[in-house]
Amino acid sequence: MQLTLWTYEGPPHVGAMRVATGMRDLHYVLHAPQGDTYADLLFTMIERKSTRPPVSYTSFQARDLGSDTAQLFKDAVRNAFERFQPQAMLVGASCTAELIQDDPGGLAQALALPIPVVALELPSYQKKENWGASETFYQLVRNLVPKTRVAREERVAGGAAPRCNILGPTALGFRHRDDLKEIRGLLAQIGVEVNVVAPLGASPHDLTRLGEADFNVVLYPETGQLAAGWLQRTLGQPHTRTVPIGVQATRAFIAEVAGLAGIDPQEAAARVDATASHSPWYAGSVDANYLTGKRVFVFGDATHAIAAARVASQELGLQVVGLGTYSREFARDLREAAALYGVEPLICDDYLDVEAAIATAAPELVLGTQMERHIAKRLGLPCAVISAPVHVQDFPARYAPQMGFEGANVIFDTWVQPLMMGLEEHLLGMFKGDFEFHEDAAPSHLTRNNPAPAPAASADPVPFADPVANTAPVASAAAPMPAPGAEPIVVARWAPDAERELGKIPFFVRGKARRNTERYALDQGVATITIETLYDAKAHFSR
Amino acid sequence: MNAAVIPIQLETGCTDTEVLRERGQREVFCGLTGIIWLHRKIQDAFFLVVGSRTCAHLIQSAAGVMIFAEPRFATAIIDERDLAGLADANEELDKVVSRLLQRRPDIKLLFLVGSCPSEVIKLDLSRAAQRLSQQHGAVRVLNYSGSGIETTFTQGEDACLAALVPQLAEATDDTPSLLIVGALADVVEDQFRRLLGAMGITRVDFLPARRAGSMPAVGPHTRMLLAQPFLAETARLLEARGAQRVAAPFPLGVEGSAAWLLAAADAMGVPQALALQAMAPARQRAEAALAVHRRQLAGKRIFFFPDSQLELPLARFLAREMGMQLTEVGTPYLHRQHLAQELAWLPAGTVLSEGQDVERQLDRCRAADPDLIVCGLGLANPLEAEGYTTKWSIELVFSPIQGFEQAADLAGLFSRPLHRRQLLAA
Repeated sequence: MQLTLWTYEGPPHVGAMRVATGMRDLHYVLHAPQGDTYADLLFTMIERKSTRPPVSYTSFQARDLGSDTAQLFKDAVRNAFERFQPQAMLVGASCTAELIQDDPGGLAQALALPIPVVALELPSYQKKENWGASETFYQLVRNLVPKTRVAREERVAGGAAPRCNILGPTALGFRHRDDLKEIRGLLAQIGVEVNVVAPLGASPHDLTRLGEADFNVVLYPETGQLAAGWLQRTLGQPHTRTVPIGVQATRAFIAEVAGLAGIDPQEAAARVDATASHSPWYAGSVDANYLTGKRVFVFGDATHAIAAARVASQELGLQVVGLGTYSREFARDLREAAALYGVEPLICDDYLDVEAAIATAAPELVLGTQMERHIAKRLGLPCAVISAPVHVQDFPARYAPQMGFEGANVIFDTWVQPLMMGLEEHLLGMFKGDFEFHEDAAPSHLTRNNPAPAPAASADPVPFADPVANTAPVASAAAPMPAPGAEPIVVARWAPDAERELGKIPFFVRGKARRNTERYALDQGVATITIETLYDAKAHFSR
Repeated sequence: MNAAVIPIQLETGCTDTEVLRERGQREVFCGLTGIIWLHRKIQDAFFLVVGSRTCAHLIQSAAGVMIFAEPRFATAIIDERDLAGLADANEELDKVVSRLLQRRPDIKLLFLVGSCPSEVIKLDLSRAAQRLSQQHGAVRVLNYSGSGIETTFTQGEDACLAALVPQLAEATDDTPSLLIVGALADVVEDQFRRLLGAMGITRVDFLPARRAGSMPAVGPHTRMLLAQPFLAETARLLEARGAQRVAAPFPLGVEGSAAWLLAAADAMGVPQALALQAMAPARQRAEAALAVHRRQLAGKRIFFFPDSQLELPLARFLAREMGMQLTEVGTPYLHRQHLAQELAWLPAGTVLSEGQDVERQLDRCRAADPDLIVCGLGLANPLEAEGYTTKWSIELVFSPIQGFEQAADLAGLFSRPLHRRQLLAA
């Protein structure tokens, strides 16, 4: 058993729902108890979909347990088929139905429906949402795609344009809608036709045409790689490995697509309109100088985390001080990426551990999911969201891709804004005594209730404590769980005047200053930190 | 007695109305969701769900941004090792609880909340609760089930409060006392306490109390007044301990609140004239405040999907005080005895349904073509996209809606979406 307050991912059947809801003319019958329909509102509320997810539930209850549930399931499948007339169906069990061991695949087969019915085996007690989405898409592809295809040479020799599928976008995907638009635009400029986009927007019938493409573009390995691998093995369709997040990755992606499409890479690059790519110049302009070497902590799904670290380091000149993911399936890729920045990879789905790692790394910017946004809020750090899970505000009405050149522009604005605001907040703090800047005038993109974080009063011994309590967030979160048996670390006391002096240091480096000073005091055996100690430590660490 | 009430065939009501009982897909929450308001109410309690990742995900989704405040609930996620053997699962649970209580020394009451997976594998949480109570002397550990196979949404509160009942002290003296049952917002609780105080009723307790250590006593001189319609099991157990239920409608709207308070006054031997006098100012205020919403709502047709068991009292308020026309009123469960007064007050001819087959109910809803649909968040936006105006029902459980001062807020919850549609259409 695992003690969990937050989960980065839902159960695997939610992944299956993301595939089903992304598609058209497909219906998913889920053997599940009353209550599991909660997942519908992820789609209708967070993604603001205007239709119900194409999912029927058996809603079995305690009194049904016994032989009755199998009949319930069969009735649900038959009713769903008659009502929705889908081209194909998915059937499967949620976590509870997995325990009662009705066999959705066998039961559905017994109904002999005149459409393909794909049975899903989603082990709820081992796997999670992204795996569920990936597996569902894979099973659909495996069951629906004919295993023969038009030889590419014939087609291209006949003067037809090179053609690809786009794999991976789903419902409830972080910016999938706009990434897709951006990449479609890029491919059109290169001169590559899009055959089928799947799962998002595809019907089961569309899936049967996947073999008509020359190669596949995998936008999200978390959901698309498994199916792409099968298509490569079975139909010989190669697929892209580069995820076009960031300007450099977008250029690499263009070159890779050109290679797969049989177009000269330089010619392909020349065809792409890069005039709307503003982020390289913005990052090069003098205003961005202050970004240099800013410490950034990155956490998210593996694809977005790895891409974000690369953009942060190579395109914005930030220093990556932490890199992690909750996607265990892609742990190896993340470890490789972490090695590039000389940081310890964090493969973990316990947000308390992520919080501890962030506090220890003392970053000046956090890039993460909605959980990291909250952690950053507690720690008083600027933060931007780069990955699911996200809340409703990250399914914006405006065009907001992460991929391609426009995506890079969006990323520049999104990441830099909290930092700019950070400077603004610091200035407001500095001029707090000024008649124009009374206390209530504190800005706050960070949090309304918690203006410029006050210097620490005392370390909070209870890591679960109410975050609204006005204690020093950095200090409290830095020591979440004393390791069993570990000696408590004796931290020197701060003299009041030294504490005040610390308060004059800009908040975004204050945490680091506090930590360095305390470490210095510990090393030097200083019991009480005075102003002298503070500046001794500053001098010591600046050497 | 109340000029604002529009008289609609009061003589018959819905007491004998046949209820459409349906079975099929249910678009409702499970009882785990009750944790989200219960943990706000009992300030030193922690709710530990023993369940799957789905349970954790459900609570996270339903709690919305509240999850960010590091609330006092969590999930012990069962994994495949636990499924291998039950003894192992118990040890694992003990470890999780020890870790939790170590981190949260402020917790005095821990609920182990059963889920569908824990019920299906028959993990004995009541024995676990006993064992853990002994191990952690300062913390009382109780258990109840919030599973979807046994409970619907607000029934989770019923199960939780029912778990508290055997723990309540035995009331020793023989002076009658009033026990108000059902979690109410603190502001509502305080208002009721003041109003009852003005009538001279000072021996008033609320279940649940705000802290684990101050739960009320119960005995044969306890007069039990239900503040919520979904407390079947809690009421049954309180009655078994001698409490006498005071029959009343539920305190929604002016009429309902007045009748509810009058029933309390009557049960506690307060003369009606005194009770009416004590509530007069609040009641007049509320009536005046309702007028503006009545203009918006009168004559509009409303359809209720089942959700919380609050549907009947809400429909009664909207029909009688706001002049709305009821099409179908769905409820997940209908407790005829507790809702007897509500049934009598509902306009005759109202279609009542219990349980759900959501596709068929959607067909009926579209056929009825109502002006306003009360439904869950899974249905609301899709129905809006079809051109219907909806009011999402979960807000009715999270908002303070009971009592005089909240009557207009309650009406406002229904008038706002209609007003908004007018504004956007203009």
